[in-house]
Amino acid sequence: MIALTDQPFEPGALLTEFSKGRTETGAVATFTGLARAEQGATTTLELEAYPGFTEAEIGRIADGARDRFNLDDLAITHRVGRIAPGEAIVFVATAAGHRRAAFEACDFLMDYLKSRAPFWKKETGPDGQARWIEPRPQDHADITRWETP
Amino acid sequence: MAKVLLFGRLSDIAGWRERTLEPLPASLSALRAQLCAEDEALAEALSAPGVQVALDQAIVRGDAALTAGSEVAFLPAMSGG
Repeated sequence: MIALTDQPFEPGALLTEFSKGRTETGAVATFTGLARAEQGATTTLELEAYPGFTEAEIGRIADGARDRFNLDDLAITHRVGRIAPGEAIVFVATAAGHRRAAFEACDFLMDYLKSRAPFWKKETGPDGQARWIEPRPQDHADITRWETP
Repeated sequence: MAKVLLFGRLSDIAGWRERTLEPLPASLSALRAQLCAEDEALAEALSAPGVQVALDQAIVRGDAALTAGSEVAFLPAMSGG
C-alpha cells in the first residue's frame, strides 16, 4: 500500500497493522525517517507532491522492489505538507520469507525514494528564509549501489 | 481550456500554482510560449536544467498536441522524499 498524508502518523501503529495476520512471512523490516531540526537551522519542512503522479512514480519504485526481492508485501507512507522537526516523514515496511530480502528491500526503497520520488522539498529557517532542497550527491551515489550487475 | 500546474520553486517564482488557459493552446510549445511571454522570470525558470513537463500525468519530451481539459504540469528538479 502506498499512501501520502498531510497528517502526522504513528510508525508503531503502521507496523502493527502491517504485521497483522502474517503466518508465512517470517520477516518484516521497517524504516522510519524523521524530520531533522538541523541544530535549529530548520523550523519547518514542506513537502509538495503532485497528487496521482507522485503515487504512480512511487508505485513503479515499489514494483521494482517487489520483483527484485520477491517480497510478500510492502507499505510506504509518506508525509506531504508542513512537517515539524521530530515528526515522521516516511515509513517503509517490507515483508519477505527471510530477513535478508526484507532488510535489503527496505534499504533499496529508501535509496530510490530519497533521490527519485517526485517531491519538492522546502526548508524554512528561523529567519523565515526558505530554501528549495535538491538531492545531495550522496543520495545519487547511494542509488548506484543497486545498479551494478 | 487547459489546466496548468507549477511545482516547487516554479510556483514561488510565478506567484501561482494552478491556472486555466482559455482558449486552449494548440500544443505544449504554444502553451509554453504563452506563459513565457507573460512572465520573464518564469520563462527563465522553465528553461533551467532538470525541468520536466508532464501531460495528463505522464512525462513528455518534445512537443505534443493539447486537447480540451489537458493537464500540463511543469516539474522542476525533484527533491526526493
